[in-house]
Amino acid sequence: MTSPIETEDTDSSVTLDKETATKTDAAESKTLAGRSPGQLMWTRFKRDRTGVISALVVLFFFAIAALAPVISALYGKNPYTLYAQEPDYPFLLDDFAMPTGSLGGISGDFWFGVEPNLGRDVFTMLLYGMRTSLFMALVLTLLSVLTGVIIGMVGGYFGGRVDYWLGRVTDFFLAFPNQLFFIAFMPVVTALFVSPSDETPTYLRAVAIILVMWFLGWMGMARLVRSSVLSLREREFVEAAKVSGASRWRIVRKEILPNIVTPILVQGTYTLPSSILSIAFLSFVGVGFVEPTPDWGRMFAIGANIYEQDPAFMFFPGIAMVVFVLAFNLLGDSVRDAFDPKTGR
Amino acid sequence: MLQFLIRRLTGAVVIMFLIGAFTFFLFYTIPQDFAELSCGKNCTPENIAVIRENLGLDKPITAQFWDFMVGIVAGRDFAVGHCAAPCLGLSFDSGNFVWDSIMDRFPLTLSLTVGGLVIFLVLGLGSGMLAAWKRGTVVDKVVSGASMVLSSFQIYFLGPIVLGIFVYSTGWMENPKYVPFTDDPVGWAVGMLIPWAVMATIFTAQYTRMARSTMIEQLQEEHVRTARAKGMRQRYVFFRYAWRGSLTPIVTILGMDLSGLLAGAVVTEFTFDLAGIGRLAVESSLTKDLPLTMGVMLFGAFFILILNIIVDLAYAYIDPRVRLA
Repeated sequence: MTSPIETEDTDSSVTLDKETATKTDAAESKTLAGRSPGQLMWTRFKRDRTGVISALVVLFFFAIAALAPVISALYGKNPYTLYAQEPDYPFLLDDFAMPTGSLGGISGDFWFGVEPNLGRDVFTMLLYGMRTSLFMALVLTLLSVLTGVIIGMVGGYFGGRVDYWLGRVTDFFLAFPNQLFFIAFMPVVTALFVSPSDETPTYLRAVAIILVMWFLGWMGMARLVRSSVLSLREREFVEAAKVSGASRWRIVRKEILPNIVTPILVQGTYTLPSSILSIAFLSFVGVGFVEPTPDWGRMFAIGANIYEQDPAFMFFPGIAMVVFVLAFNLLGDSVRDAFDPKTGR
Repeated sequence: MLQFLIRRLTGAVVIMFLIGAFTFFLFYTIPQDFAELSCGKNCTPENIAVIRENLGLDKPITAQFWDFMVGIVAGRDFAVGHCAAPCLGLSFDSGNFVWDSIMDRFPLTLSLTVGGLVIFLVLGLGSGMLAAWKRGTVVDKVVSGASMVLSSFQIYFLGPIVLGIFVYSTGWMENPKYVPFTDDPVGWAVGMLIPWAVMATIFTAQYTRMARSTMIEQLQEEHVRTARAKGMRQRYVFFRYAWRGSLTPIVTILGMDLSGLLAGAVVTEFTFDLAGIGRLAVESSLTKDLPLTMGVMLFGAFFILILNIIVDLAYAYIDPRVRLA
């Protein structure tokens, strides 16, 4: 690994950049406007109608989640008020604490109906629930992807003993039954922050959920990145960079990382919906968020309890989740196709 | 074969030991009084003392860990009596042995997992291959579309809908319940039917998509083309050549997805209000019954490892190129 040029001086980096630049645009001649792989991907993606529609749907979900406070302010309700006890709405719930109106009490005032028993507004509950879930899933996905990329890259690039032990650690964590692990460790992690006699604040619950899931969330990405790096490491352009005296950090950053962005991005788009489902799972079984935090998963728990009396309650959160997950899966497929047109569906 | 089994089982034992050590130290090194933590909100000093004694918390952690590990292999003696060989400790919420509590609940989870697995493998592989065979036709489009949509459903959403249709409004079936297989095999199957169907629907949808794409890949392989060019019958080519090849990747994915399968069973338990080990885990987790929680987790890990070994054996059986030794 001794190189004639010890430092990463400007000259060598310029030549290196030229080399990579000509490499990516190898097929394009000078007279044609060169297009970067990103641009090529974008044009391919734009032609894929399913992909564009699903991307719009996904964006729509993120937009309404981000704008939940604005929307609910315009709409004039919030997910916490028990409207059945308000004097303005005297006949919201009947004697059995079920919504009086048809279809779960859908009306001009309550677009998605009223929650049985407590009489909260389903529309804002869902909005804020999605906000919670999407935000958590986003943070969790970013953390897991980052961890996975770093561990995979270190293992793949350095190889040898480092790789062996990182691989064993990854395998070890893969052997955990993850949902049982989440259930088991939620109280433990919460207990790290608060004493058992106190109430756990909501933000700490969120932190605990993210920590627990992050812990077992990075292995898939690490394996993927490791195998990609392993094959890239032996390629000619990496060797060329090595010979011309590029530092390890530079090779990783400039030669290897740009080439594994595609699989990372594709895997990432599949990770996000599954994070949402995992978080919803925790709340559904009752160890995630608790009353009164609005949460997508908790709405299913409420809905499943009262389904026999009020099936309509489950409808909106359920359909919203199916549409979201479907759109995200289709988007993942489209992104994959756009990056790598060889993999036909 | 025997050599493989021995090697894999040794590996499983090592992993179990590591998971046990990991969980144990994570649980027991929280900077908090563990007895107090497990005691909950309305706690008296006497309760704490009892818990501390039961768990042997007066001993150093390494000694506690040693006791726990020895207990699994050789059994342990508690104040309430002897805890036989695979002893995972004593639940301090119910006062029962952890192993007994798990064995009480496990048959249900096992029925859900194995029953669901068989159903979705058969249906998923079948419909996926049908779609690949009739690629591009209406059949393919219907199967692919349906599996795409259904794989985006969740058990906790589909479950209530199915219950609503078949139980609440039409009354065709009763609420799902668990009857031990040894008592009444028919009742067992009938009681499990709806949970199986719901769980298998979602997994079937996922495996249909997978089976379809691997099958299409296989049909483009050289040896399949050769077989076709020789004028072999379509059915023969399809089943003897392509089918077998497409099984390998699917079994690989199945092997990696076993903890997802267990998770599916847990969600199914909750959706249909059945008492399996998932519910046990949540109950113990909410009451902070740490020995029980840990026991369930270790048991879950053990279950997945065993399933994994079975999958690997199947793998070698399907693909003769895979050698076990």
